[in-house]
Amino acid sequence: MSHFSPTAAVNYFFNYFLMKGVLVTIGLTVAAVVGGLILGMGIALMRMSSNPVLSGFSRLYVWFFRGTPLLIQLVVIYSGLPQLGIKFSVITCALVGLILNEAAYLAEIVRSGFMAVSAGQREAAWALSLSPWVTFHRVTLPQAFRLMIPPLGNSINSLLKATSLASVISVEELMRRSDMLMQEHFQILEVYAAATAYYLILTSVWDAVQRRLEKHFGRSSAAKSRRVAARAPVAQANVEARA
Amino acid sequence: MSEISMNTASAAEGTMAQPQLREVPAVRMEAVYKHYGDFTALNEVDLKVAKGEKIVVCGPSGSGKSTLIRCINHIEKHDEGLIYVNGIELDHQRKNIDAVRRDTGMVFQSFNLFPHMTVLENCVLAPMTVSSMSRAEAKDLAMHFLTKVRIPDQAEKFPGQLSGGQQQRVAIARALCMRPKIMLFDEPTSALDPEMVKEVLETMKKLAEEGMTMLCVTHEMGFAREVADRIVFMNEGKAVEQAAPEEFFKNPKSERARTFLDQIIH
Ligand SMILES: Nc1ncnc2c1ncn2[C@@H]1O[C@H](COP(=O)(O)OP(=O)(O)OP(=O)(O)O)[C@@H](O)[C@H]1O
Ligand SMILES: [Mg+2]
Repeated sequence: MSHFSPTAAVNYFFNYFLMKGVLVTIGLTVAAVVGGLILGMGIALMRMSSNPVLSGFSRLYVWFFRGTPLLIQLVVIYSGLPQLGIKFSVITCALVGLILNEAAYLAEIVRSGFMAVSAGQREAAWALSLSPWVTFHRVTLPQAFRLMIPPLGNSINSLLKATSLASVISVEELMRRSDMLMQEHFQILEVYAAATAYYLILTSVWDAVQRRLEKHFGRSSAAKSRRVAARAPVAQANVEARA
Repeated sequence: MSEISMNTASAAEGTMAQPQLREVPAVRMEAVYKHYGDFTALNEVDLKVAKGEKIVVCGPSGSGKSTLIRCINHIEKHDEGLIYVNGIELDHQRKNIDAVRRDTGMVFQSFNLFPHMTVLENCVLAPMTVSSMSRAEAKDLAMHFLTKVRIPDQAEKFPGQLSGGQQQRVAIARALCMRPKIMLFDEPTSALDPEMVKEVLETMKKLAEEGMTMLCVTHEMGFAREVADRIVFMNEGKAVEQAAPEEFFKNPKSERARTFLDQIIH
């Protein structure tokens, strides 16, 4: 067993059992992003609210979930909570853990995106008597979203890889299924080469998507910020002073 | 709403003959205060602006000029005193704030165009969502005002692709699309390169000639001399002088106004 068999690696790559694990990995990631964004948006709104209870809770939430390892969070949800009589299915445990954790990161991204939209934009919307809803979804959200894309993309890249931690609580995603194949055939390098290739493909595809998104949403902004920064130092200082 | 002005202070107002409609001023401020923490940004400001009147507000930096005009459309909330805009009391109630904002347009120093929308989209957003116009109607309206500020050919561009002067003219057109009765300008030319100041001032003059009620914070004294009916000089949160331009420039009453004019003119 002192050699690496490329054929075996290729065979593992096209292994149906492993491919289903890839689908689970993708599913976990998509669900955690969607769930995390919804929850994260709520957490971010709470953080930006003037109510001290809401913003305090939001602060605590982010502090807790960013300050502890996802691995512990998953294990606690999966094996700790049943001790209190709370029991979920394996996949639910993984989703709850991933969503709660991702929401903390996304909340910070959402919040800083909104904070970076200048106060002048909101004031212009008010002056035009736009409703709060129109101001939000036509003026601030699109601008905040554009600023959020790069950090959002990085976070999703991390998440894609972090789903492998769910293997610890026996979710049969890509990592777990690689482990299972490895234990059956003991072709360690060959199995993990296939798994590595899948992770690289997934992250690369996401990278490409992210670049497309950045290009699509960034088409009008670059010129503007450069020009205003150069032309209106006074104006910018004013806006900052008010913010 | 049925308040009848009993102030005799303003000589510019009409005679006693038709007190009901004529005398509802465009803006009336009475003993208005605005505080930021311990700092008093507006200190007992009284101001009355008749319909069609053009006011230029000037004064040293930090004297409260922006705060004053931002209180008129409730972008800044005044703490004490009364503000009426076209007879509507700004009492912090949502419906009154909305009504006042529909009657006023505002132009900012930093333009504040929406950078992710084309010029045309910037102009049709409020007419379509606030006044429920159809896209076609709103577009006609927008093109009308873009033509008026002389940039109809830029309608499909994004703000970032325009010069500062063009952006500010778009901002004026965008505000006009809501057919405001009063226009508020906060240093509309201060962020512009010198060669673009003129095109924006020309646009404002045209608006003035058409009878728009205007309050302009500006240090363009040539504009003030030519267009203003009255100059309001602010210092330390107070409206210390209100006078016709010739009078204000020739013999300012306060020492502070004199030093201010010296600095500005030299
Ligand atoms: N949001 C705020 N918080 C605290 N202080 C503020 C705020 N906005 C304005 N101020 C203060 O209130 C005072 C008046 O501000 P304002 O912007 O009205 O002055 P201005 O006359 O328009 O000055 P400039 O010519 O520099 O624009 C200033 O001293 C400013 O620092
Ligand atoms: Mg100012």
